[in-house]
Amino acid sequence: MPALTVNGKVHQVTVDPRTPLLWVLRDTIGLTGTKYGCGVAQCGACTVHIDGVATRSCQVPLSQVTGNKKIVTVEGLATNGVLNKVQRAWLAQDVPQCGYCQSGMIMAAVALLKDKPKPTDADIDAAMTNICRCGTYQQVRAAIHEAAKA
Amino acid sequence: MTTKTNAHAKPVRRRSVMAGAAAAGGGFTFGFNVPFFGAHAQAAAPEINAWVVIRPDDKVVIRIARSEMGQGTETGLAQLVAEELECDWSKVTTEYPTPTQNLARQRIWRNFSTGGSRGVRESNEYVRQGGAAARDMLVRAAAAEWKVKPEECSVDKGVITHKATNRKLTYGKVAAAAAKLDPPKEIKLKDPKDWKIAGKPLKRLDTLDKLTGKQIYGIDLRLPGMLTATIKDAPVFGAKVVSFDADRVKSMPGVKGVVKVGDTAVAVIAETYWTARNALAALPVVWEETANSKVSSATIAATLKEGLDAAEAFVGNKAGDAKAAIAGAAKKIEAVYSYPYQHHVTMEPMNATALFTPDKCEVWCPTQNGEAALAATADASGLPAAKCEVYKMLLGGGFGRRGRTDYVRQAVLIAKQMPGVPIKLIWSREEDMTHCQYHPVTMCKLVGGLNDKGDLVGLHVRISGQSILSSVLPQNLVNGMDPVQFQGFAASGVEAAYGYNVPNLLVDHAMRNPHVPPGFWRGVNTNQNAVYMECFMDELAAAAGQDPLEFRRKMLKPKWLAVLNAAAAKAGYGKPLPKGHFHGIAQIMGYGSYVAGVAEVSVSDAGVLKIHKITAATDCGHVVNPAQIERQVAGSFVYGLTALLYGEITIKDGAVEQTNFDSYNMMRIDEMPKVETVLVPSGGFWGGVGEPTIAVAAPAVLNAIAKATGKRIRSLPLMHHDLKKA
Ligand code: FES
Ligand code: FES
Repeated sequence: MPALTVNGKVHQVTVDPRTPLLWVLRDTIGLTGTKYGCGVAQCGACTVHIDGVATRSCQVPLSQVTGNKKIVTVEGLATNGVLNKVQRAWLAQDVPQCGYCQSGMIMAAVALLKDKPKPTDADIDAAMTNICRCGTYQQVRAAIHEAAKA
Repeated sequence: MTTKTNAHAKPVRRRSVMAGAAAAGGGFTFGFNVPFFGAHAQAAAPEINAWVVIRPDDKVVIRIARSEMGQGTETGLAQLVAEELECDWSKVTTEYPTPTQNLARQRIWRNFSTGGSRGVRESNEYVRQGGAAARDMLVRAAAAEWKVKPEECSVDKGVITHKATNRKLTYGKVAAAAAKLDPPKEIKLKDPKDWKIAGKPLKRLDTLDKLTGKQIYGIDLRLPGMLTATIKDAPVFGAKVVSFDADRVKSMPGVKGVVKVGDTAVAVIAETYWTARNALAALPVVWEETANSKVSSATIAATLKEGLDAAEAFVGNKAGDAKAAIAGAAKKIEAVYSYPYQHHVTMEPMNATALFTPDKCEVWCPTQNGEAALAATADASGLPAAKCEVYKMLLGGGFGRRGRTDYVRQAVLIAKQMPGVPIKLIWSREEDMTHCQYHPVTMCKLVGGLNDKGDLVGLHVRISGQSILSSVLPQNLVNGMDPVQFQGFAASGVEAAYGYNVPNLLVDHAMRNPHVPPGFWRGVNTNQNAVYMECFMDELAAAAGQDPLEFRRKMLKPKWLAVLNAAAAKAGYGKPLPKGHFHGIAQIMGYGSYVAGVAEVSVSDAGVLKIHKITAATDCGHVVNPAQIERQVAGSFVYGLTALLYGEITIKDGAVEQTNFDSYNMMRIDEMPKVETVLVPSGGFWGGVGEPTIAVAAPAVLNAIAKATGKRIRSLPLMHHDLKKA
């Protein structure tokens, strides 16, 4: 049975191996923090980390991530009950409006900061291609800069 | 910081979603996380009145009737109640009463409808009264226990003190006794200048769970035994299903049912969304051909064009004799503008979960109008409203789209075909994109007359195009006229009045209604009306050889002028800008507020637009939470600028052509200008903030582009225009 490692926990999953990781996370494993926004890699609401790389899970079939790949979702960011510094900055800046895009935003920001601990505005523009319809971009930018200082 | 929540971010009683289902029925939905009935809540927590519940541990539960969809109304309304209640803000949590409870209690919570930037501006008075009445009862209960006069007692942060004896009681200790008292006969509300909780830039109450994946939206709901459905409605609006071949997909693993939904749609029910989606994609469906199958964007445009010069039109605003004044003017200026269909695109696609049994129907859904969702549930299930219940879920965006109930009705019609099984209906993004109620399409011809001093002596604004009310609320038409069409052009009123003194004015509307369903889209008709009026104002100023701001100043009424001046001053309008940067301005009144914006843009030689900054001023009368207003204003520009840059739904063969973000693009962070919010509340009225500033985004930028390039753009979106300098 294919094994899927999510947030450090191994799940045995029996669904069609072509099923996108997004729907395996949401419907099979029950982790609904990862959101469906478009299904075509456009919006970023479904962003998770696969071996540390921010990836749009709606375009990743289950068959590509079973075995020894490590998947982290927004539910797995906090460690031992302590929020990740990006989540803390998001809280301090009061970023979310409806919040629906924010799991993906946060996952993209965590990956960006791992890559570039002190990102410039141009770095943020290039890395943060997630869509937010409520228009939280100004707060997102401020929160990323704040997290970079932490 | 740990993930342990601050008290006010989380409901006190937290039922697991799975456990909650069994207890569901007839109660409050707790917090914005857990959409189920807390069966024993009332016994444990005295209800002081409809708005305020106080628990023995001093936790304060404030009831919110309006829907939270990101706009912050939950926090703002709670601030207003807490202000009058004089409770400890750190102990505040919130809950939704259900629409069925509202019905059972003679609409004690009044209007649930959440649109038109109405949350705070319409309900501020009665929710503050609710808080004040509860405070009075709590103080009287403490006074009675001490056997002293209530006037001898004071209250601060939920602690009542009898000064003379220095005795103290907390709200939690007297709540049970207070709940038994009569409400006060007279309620005096605080002067806003004495506010301590309202008016302050407090953090939202609902942030933490949105950062950890814990927040449950409608699309995330899981119930025991639940199945998932997905749906395909007629591509050409209103076309009936002729046939579908269920046998082709019925035996696919995980498929549980293939059903017709109403006359026009077909749905697949399956164990998971992915299975349902694949089966639906493989399902052959035939719809009837209708006359609408021949409609295209071009045929719609032709119809609207005809309306620009039609003899008959509804008159929305009239002063003097515009046509005669223009005919006798020294200079006549004329222009035709147009504004395309727009889609709301909530980030969370439409969804609703329904559980039908022959004697009860329950629905869990993100909705901007709980009562309308209840009515739709009752109607679709065939059960009386008292046997139906709607649990409102947090909305992953609303923008007007979720004021409608089409998706709720569909979920019930599907669940009815599988009694006893909870069914979650999820629309694909493609279904969502092609089955909206779209921001309507209009054109506008403006003709202005200037005298030899360059004063505007006559103005005719002819709008031609689609009315929202005639489709959505025909009962609200006034002798056939749609008054909402004239947002920003109204002769008077507290909602959306015209700000210019023009001696001879005619604003009229030739109604032309294509088959594409229209709906309220954040900002509604202020969006195109501001483009029409404010861009043409700049055209008139140019013809008069005057600065656009000076030209407007001569005509604007005081409140409109004050807010435009505030924006201009903050932006440094008229002062030197970096080389190649230009300012454009726009103003409007909408949703009871006066707003103005100054856009700073540059256009490269290659024609690449950069919107550097928008300075936006708002006079909303009273400010309930300046930090949240700033966020609403910044967000409103993302909405307005996305429409300006990319927004256009087109019609081919009667159907919407765009299907997803690859064909309907959205502004991202790299295009986000810096937004500076200027609040100039002048008091004495309550205006909305979620919508009004959207309208100035497009005209302010278009006016700046005209200055930068010499090109006057009169149609949206900008992606169709070459901005290389003229
Ligand atoms: S849902 Fe995956 S990118 Fe939009
Ligand atoms: S916060 Fe609503 S979509 Fe981003």
